[in-house]
Amino acid sequence: MAKDFSKGALHGVPIALGYLSVSFGFGIQAVRAGLSPLTATIISALNLTSAGQAAGVNIIAAGGTLIEMILVQLTINIRYSLMAISLSQKLDGKFSMPHRLAASYGITDEIFAVCSAQKEPLTPAYMYGMILAAFMGWVSGTALGAAAGELLPYSVSSAMGIVLYGMFLAIIIPPARKQFSVLITVAAAALISIFFRYILTAVSSGFAVIVSAITAAGLAAAVFPVKEEESE
Amino acid sequence: MSIALYIGVMAGVTYLVRSVPFTFFGKKIKSRFFRSFLYYIPYAVLSAMTIPAIFYSTGNIITAAAGTVVALLFSYFGLPLIVVALSASAAAFITGLFL
Repeated sequence: MAKDFSKGALHGVPIALGYLSVSFGFGIQAVRAGLSPLTATIISALNLTSAGQAAGVNIIAAGGTLIEMILVQLTINIRYSLMAISLSQKLDGKFSMPHRLAASYGITDEIFAVCSAQKEPLTPAYMYGMILAAFMGWVSGTALGAAAGELLPYSVSSAMGIVLYGMFLAIIIPPARKQFSVLITVAAAALISIFFRYILTAVSSGFAVIVSAITAAGLAAAVFPVKEEESE
Repeated sequence: MSIALYIGVMAGVTYLVRSVPFTFFGKKIKSRFFRSFLYYIPYAVLSAMTIPAIFYSTGNIITAAAGTVVALLFSYFGLPLIVVALSASAAAFITGLFL
């Protein structure tokens, strides 16, 4: 139990460091949009997500409607539903309903990525450890950025913007090198995503990610169905 | 409208999107296609999120490209996540010094 928790927390350290830099930027953005540092920090603590929060703050600043808020959050964050279903398939028997309700709060892109790369079934303690580490990075980064964002030199804060993407590449490249089907999945998703970015530009970035991922994973599943043991 | 209401709605939607499928999708999925789909979805999501967004992540496409090359090389050789992530950032920073 305690061992799983500290293992999760340790695996969460790179996530926390990445979040620290990204949420720093969110804190700056929220204060510029007219929110207090406390409000910005509360938003980060309640949502634990980057793109959804950035869009949410823009809606608040623009005095948008609640319907708009709901639709934007659904579109940007619906990818978490796919991730949640995927993770639900590899949960340890200890994951009772209360644990599921609690741990689901912490399903983020990065936590999902690290959790799905684990060979063993996921225990609640492991996920809680990782979520706590990520939470501390995300919330403290927001508070720092909101309170003191303008103090950091631009050369440093801008270079920090690549941290999380670097981590994503570190997760997808090694399996893509070993497994042809994963390489095809990664390449197809990237190509479709590029298509949305430069050609079908009317589609929002959150929705573009969903369509790219579902199409690429669907193609891969049809062409390269996995054997029983691979999908465990 | 009060800010608390906006924040409550935002947090509520975000939580439900995560918790409903995570909590009520208890059964093991039998369909081979759907199991395969779920096996590939993490790679597809991360790839679509990274490309081409990574090239705009630093506000300068040249420093971002330098960081991307370093991240690709280091992850190809299987270095740990944090090493890849921070090296990419360091490469972008150092490249920026020369621009």
